[in-house]
Amino acid sequence: MAEPHLPERQSPLEPEYNPGSHGNFEHGVDVILSETRLGSILQLAAWPGEEKRLIEVIRKVTGLALPDGAGGGVNNGARAVFGFAPGKFTVVDEAEGLAQAFAGLITPAIGTLTDLSHGRTAIRIAGPKAEWVMAKFFAIDFALPAFPLGAGRSTNHHDIFAQIQRSGADQFDIYVFRSFARSFWKALCHASEEVGYEVQ
Amino acid sequence: MLITCPYCGPRDVIEFTYQGDGNRERPQPASQDLDAWNAYVYDRLNPAGDHNEIWQHSGGCRAHLRVVRNTITHEILSTAFARGGHKSADNKAESRS
Repeated sequence: MAEPHLPERQSPLEPEYNPGSHGNFEHGVDVILSETRLGSILQLAAWPGEEKRLIEVIRKVTGLALPDGAGGGVNNGARAVFGFAPGKFTVVDEAEGLAQAFAGLITPAIGTLTDLSHGRTAIRIAGPKAEWVMAKFFAIDFALPAFPLGAGRSTNHHDIFAQIQRSGADQFDIYVFRSFARSFWKALCHASEEVGYEVQ
Repeated sequence: MLITCPYCGPRDVIEFTYQGDGNRERPQPASQDLDAWNAYVYDRLNPAGDHNEIWQHSGGCRAHLRVVRNTITHEILSTAFARGGHKSADNKAESRS
């Protein structure tokens, strides 16, 4: 997976990925949509009672210190981590090879590592109307006090699972199944039309 | 109807899957006590009031939960992770009766 000579990964969004301004943008675009094209998307799970050891391994490998509390997370731009279930964490990196960095450190006694780099697509929505558009899909509270910076949420849209991390005051990263990514992307574009959106 | 997941916080019931009556005691798999198996499969309290239930937050963190729900008002009286066993849900329901 981390071999340097693998062919470039194709985006499942490609046929519907149309950079530029769309929708009702005469008065400016209120959301910016993009695919973050991460190199590594991992799911780490700790056995009951081993959570603290796993969090320490994550800190050692990524340099990211998970805050206490359910759904807590942190994002430094290149790497991000957040809790999405009890004892379970999503860890992402712009670069490939993060799974190899964890290999040997997550022992069978601590928990498990699942490499989802090819199984998930990361979509970013940013802008003053990002919360408004997200609220059309997900029945959760997107206000900053309820959904703080760096925090993660597991929820669903149209009965399809998704994970969301708040990576900025008005910016969210959405992790969707790769096989559903294109249909979600199209729906996200339709939902963004009324506020005017730009694809970057 | 909102169910407050101990991990995710309050979520719409559409994110949850009902996993059945939380009062059942499953016999040991090797048990040949037909009455115990019959009770496990068929006997239900069916109360008009507080009821112990098992739900899964299938559209969220996927944790299994012990929920006490009032079958008349649909009020959710308590939620907890199921991992700790289902006794405390019983206790909570009993403490209100």
